[in-house]
Amino acid sequence: MLTQRLLLSDRGGMLVLGLVVLMAIIVPICNLALPSSSPFYISNFTVGLLGKFLCFALLALSVDLIWGYAGILSLGHGAFFTLGGYGMGMYLMRQIGDRGVYGHPELMDFMVVLNWEELPWYWQGFDMFWFAMLMVLLVPGLLALAFGWLAFRSRVTGVYFAIITQALTYALMLAFFRNEMGFGGNNGLNDFKEILGFDLAEKATRAGLFVASAISLVLGYLACRYIVTSRAGRVIVSIRDAESRTRFCGYQVESYKLWLFVFSAMLAAVAGALYVPQVGIINPGEFAPLNSIEMVVWVATGGRGTLFGAIVGAFSVNYAKTFFTTYSPETWLFILGGLFVLVTLLLPNGIVGLFDRFRRKGDK
Amino acid sequence: MKLKNLVKKAGALGVACSMALGALSVQAEETIKVGVLHSLSGTMAISETTLKDTMLMLIEEQNKKGGLLGKKLEAVVVDPASNWPLFAERTRELLEQHHVNAIFGCWTSVSRKSVLPVIEELNGMLFYPVQYEGEESSRNVFYTGAAPNQQAIPAVDYLKDELGVERWVLAGTDYVYPRTTNRILEAYLKAAGVAEEDIMINYTPFGHSDWQNIVAEIKRFGSTGKKTAVVSTINGDANVPFYRELGNQGVSAEDIPVVAFSVGEEELSGIDTGPLVGHMAAWNYFMSEDTPENEAFIKTWHQFIGDEKRVTNDPMEAHYIGFNMWVKAVEKAGTTDTDKVIDAMVGVEVPNLTGGTSKMLPNHHITKPVLIGEIQDDGQFLTVSSTDELVPGDAWSNYLEGSKDLISDWTAPISCGNYNTKTKTCVGAQAEQ
Amino acid sequence: MNPLCRITPRHTLHALLLWLICLSPLQVSAQTPESEPDAQSAAAPTTAQPSFEQLVQQLAGGSLRERAATVKQLSSQRDERLADIFNALVAGDLLANKEKPPTIAIREGEKLTDALTGTDLTGTERLRRIPVNNGLRTQLRGQVAQLNLSHPNTDKRYAAVQRFIRDGVDEETASLLRAHQEVEESGRVQDAITTALAVFQLQSGDREIRLAAIDELSGSLEQEARNALRGIAENDADAELRAAATEAIESIQGRISFYRFVENLFFGLSLGSVLLLAAIGLAITFGVMGVINMAHGELIMIGAYTTWGVQVLFPDLIEWSLLIAVPAAFLITALVGIAIERGVIRFLYGRPLETLLATFGLSLVLQQAVRTLFSPLNRSVSSPEWISGALNINPVLSITYTRLYILIFGLMVFFALMLVMKRTTLGLKVRAVSQNRAMARAVGVRSSWVDALTFGLGSGVAGVAGVALSQLTNVGPNLGQAYIIDSFMVVVFGGVGNLWGTLVSAMSLGLINNFLEPYAGAMLAKVLVLIMLILFIQKKPKGLFPQKGRAAAD
Repeated sequence: MLTQRLLLSDRGGMLVLGLVVLMAIIVPICNLALPSSSPFYISNFTVGLLGKFLCFALLALSVDLIWGYAGILSLGHGAFFTLGGYGMGMYLMRQIGDRGVYGHPELMDFMVVLNWEELPWYWQGFDMFWFAMLMVLLVPGLLALAFGWLAFRSRVTGVYFAIITQALTYALMLAFFRNEMGFGGNNGLNDFKEILGFDLAEKATRAGLFVASAISLVLGYLACRYIVTSRAGRVIVSIRDAESRTRFCGYQVESYKLWLFVFSAMLAAVAGALYVPQVGIINPGEFAPLNSIEMVVWVATGGRGTLFGAIVGAFSVNYAKTFFTTYSPETWLFILGGLFVLVTLLLPNGIVGLFDRFRRKGDK
Repeated sequence: MKLKNLVKKAGALGVACSMALGALSVQAEETIKVGVLHSLSGTMAISETTLKDTMLMLIEEQNKKGGLLGKKLEAVVVDPASNWPLFAERTRELLEQHHVNAIFGCWTSVSRKSVLPVIEELNGMLFYPVQYEGEESSRNVFYTGAAPNQQAIPAVDYLKDELGVERWVLAGTDYVYPRTTNRILEAYLKAAGVAEEDIMINYTPFGHSDWQNIVAEIKRFGSTGKKTAVVSTINGDANVPFYRELGNQGVSAEDIPVVAFSVGEEELSGIDTGPLVGHMAAWNYFMSEDTPENEAFIKTWHQFIGDEKRVTNDPMEAHYIGFNMWVKAVEKAGTTDTDKVIDAMVGVEVPNLTGGTSKMLPNHHITKPVLIGEIQDDGQFLTVSSTDELVPGDAWSNYLEGSKDLISDWTAPISCGNYNTKTKTCVGAQAEQ
Repeated sequence: MNPLCRITPRHTLHALLLWLICLSPLQVSAQTPESEPDAQSAAAPTTAQPSFEQLVQQLAGGSLRERAATVKQLSSQRDERLADIFNALVAGDLLANKEKPPTIAIREGEKLTDALTGTDLTGTERLRRIPVNNGLRTQLRGQVAQLNLSHPNTDKRYAAVQRFIRDGVDEETASLLRAHQEVEESGRVQDAITTALAVFQLQSGDREIRLAAIDELSGSLEQEARNALRGIAENDADAELRAAATEAIESIQGRISFYRFVENLFFGLSLGSVLLLAAIGLAITFGVMGVINMAHGELIMIGAYTTWGVQVLFPDLIEWSLLIAVPAAFLITALVGIAIERGVIRFLYGRPLETLLATFGLSLVLQQAVRTLFSPLNRSVSSPEWISGALNINPVLSITYTRLYILIFGLMVFFALMLVMKRTTLGLKVRAVSQNRAMARAVGVRSSWVDALTFGLGSGVAGVAGVALSQLTNVGPNLGQAYIIDSFMVVVFGGVGNLWGTLVSAMSLGLINNFLEPYAGAMLAKVLVLIMLILFIQKKPKGLFPQKGRAAAD
């Protein structure tokens, strides 16, 4: 029954999920088991790249969930992603222990440089993995709860909501840039050594993180699918299409939106937490409003309102970014900018919508 | 179903691409590859694009001289797009996909920090050409820019001894380089007998544009009768509004001189230099230095870039030195094997552009002259002071609590980046190895 | 420069000559030890001394230290060409070539004259600027200051007196100042002279004179007066003098803190006017039309680049460049704006979120286009003479002209826009379309035409803002991004669709930011303001001055 609801009725989703699962199996095997001379060998670089894309896909999913289904455009989802990343980063920093350049048993290198005497209170507990992971979910979740509660209750919607979310992530970026905040300022957190005792420089650890990202993406997808196919999901869609009417029908519009927003923020945070150990650095630059807007473009390009569209979008736009910044850096912003315009003008349903249109034509 | 077809096609395309890459790499066996890792897009492109061009020029010149070890050099340029995680990713790409022998790149400290774990893991070589805050030493990184003792401290000495400055404003952008430099300077000044209340420290965000308040405060701070100077570690874009405000509020270089560590010829070329005349900068190279090497370098640069108006600056010289040192070390080692070249690097001497000979030290920093110049209205510097001898770069500052006992020495028997001279041990992660 | 100006330094030179003649026997003993070599050279037999011409030619070569010595020797020469040469040297307008002996030339604008013979030069002599450093410049300024005491320009005279105070007033300077005080017309310079004399009297041996001097200084805002008083308040042996000085300092401090408040108020309003300029175009496009134009910042940038373009195209008209740039920038950005409206936005009316994304894409394209066309480096935009410098109200309060003009300019743009919206047919149509599009069309308003024009108007105003910003900040591809979030916050905070709201919100944000900054630091102040704004908007989503009635409904 549940399988029917989550998967079988969703052919595009099944295809995309299938590809993700396939990737999760083949990539680590080709990376670990084959010698680097083999033509089927997948290099560490590619594993890292794909791992990053998987995290972005999960992030895109979280944006699509609120924008595509509830019509809430958040231009500050990068804030939750980055906060999640900082949570993981703090855990990884604590794992360095006395292996920092100054050999201090407890303080981070940047704290030694700032002449700090002891670890700030908010760094306590992050040496425990479970606690750090709890915080990865709780901190962005609570922020989204507080922010959403205030915003939805006063019926801040549409562009106003978009603008204040952008201000939120901008304010966080400025705050984290401050060295006194105790998060390493502009340099952020980096030079991680190990996670759960596994050396981050090991191939196998990275392959493990890759698989973990893929699993998270699949689970995240299924959870989102579960929500949007539920009764609540239908209410949410009706909020998107006619908010006042839904309210008059007696539904508590605010609480539906609020809980969906919180869930989406947590999903973004998980993506951030997986992203950090794979790229090896987290810094306030990730809060930049530009990043948050880019996420929206992944979703728009892939096709908003279909969950797998978000995944397709994240992969295709990021692949294009990697490709163009390698071969023709000058043109990348033209292409990204053009993509924004073209997608909004000509492809309101994104790539997925394009396929749908072809298929419908073909059927005729 | 069309989707499946498309996926197949995409797959085929991917295979074709990778085959093309493979073909390239076969062909590339003949050359020695040099990675160039500078942002060509995004906010840092403004500074880093020039360094990419410098590298291409140096490589072209070397090839004209017959290459290296009988092979041609080949530049592999990638764009990390001013995105710090991308720096790490691109480094991995350079080392794993392109198998480059050395990487010349990075500008900001955070980009270097991002690259550091990857370059150490894959045992590559990075030449870092920009002045930085020190407090770092890696076996795989060669720091050809200035350490604080090669820029900040001599500049402060000049102000103190030559201009009789007694009151200090340490103004900077809030990131690690100004923070560390100012902390070093604060300790240094206090050790020299400057009182706490004669030092004012101020931090501003990146790209800060409203300087009214801060300049007014500097003016008040400088109005007590004691000679006051501003030591500026203000970064990039914030400088123009800062100097404009200084000029407009009537703070002239004669009253309160500003000595900057991040303002060079290239930055000046985008500024109306009128209000800046007489303010100072400390660097290891000025375009206005009158030496035959420099003249030749500027000429080659103008020919390469095809624009007589382009300026040269300190990080370009750092790449010039770093590249020539690498060439020499490879020749000395007779191979491009990383470990052998790293060992051969220490002790290599090449001429710099200011008439001296720079040497690679065991701590992977180099000896450099320290020049202090005053900004002239044509955007060039007039050297008003230069050290008699070259100053050796110091990885760990003697004025910081955490690092005063640390030294770096990558030659046997110490072979350690952060060696504690008191406990005679190598601290941190390297302790295990 | 007109010929009249050229005469004046010579006039002042005569005054100096007289003065030198009167004082030269005393000068040796009176001056600081620095002038000792000077004294020696003056005492040396004239036969060994190089001629004026030789000395001037010496300026061209040698190290900075040698040049400083030459200047010292020159300053004891009595030659009427000296003032022009010194003034040119300070300004970097003294040129020389590498011939032997070198030709020394004075540059005035494009004109070159031989410094020694006074003949015009053709400019083919391969002349290079004679370099000067700060030390030399200070030395020269000291010389020039003495020449400047009878300068017709008040600021110059004032600076000259200040330099006297700073260098220490002695018996001779005091008598010179006393003599000058009688003919001085400007109250400001009078006050400065009084301060200088009082500072001098503080050193007197007579206690009564000193007390009187303290009393005199308690009314002065000059920093040297304060320093002198502070010296007495802290170190003097006489308790009564100490008490008097302390009291004087306190009374000065009270006045200073008042002026500091005024200064802060001005800083805040000035920051507010920058925000107003950046946001006001948006108040039209977003506030009135409801279009989220994320490319607004880039339109500002285009305006700033226009200023640069004007300066490059007309290098002789720097003084006029801003006045030319304002209409030029308005036209260019308005056209770009209309193109954006016709090309993209008109397909997206009623879909605000899509407009947001599309215009954001456009902003990226525009940025990269500027990077590709003009290089990623910042462009250098120079400030005309009339906008540089500061209006000195008193020694602790000065208002910079740039800021003052931008404040006035911002308000002018604002009221002009108000006028357009309230008093013209276009404004009427714009308001009609924004309130009820269908009804407006029904009564014969060409709504699409009005849309394009309104968007053009908003964009043009953004371009005009760019001209003003080019005087404050970098002109580069990233200029727009720095202002876009702030602009949106201003418009939303003020209440969408309400121009007055935009004015009030820009000014109050500027003031809040400026009064927070000294306590919280620039970084935290900005964060706090943003957080306050976020909370405020969540409390009152429609801003400070919400629109009422039918137009308020989405």
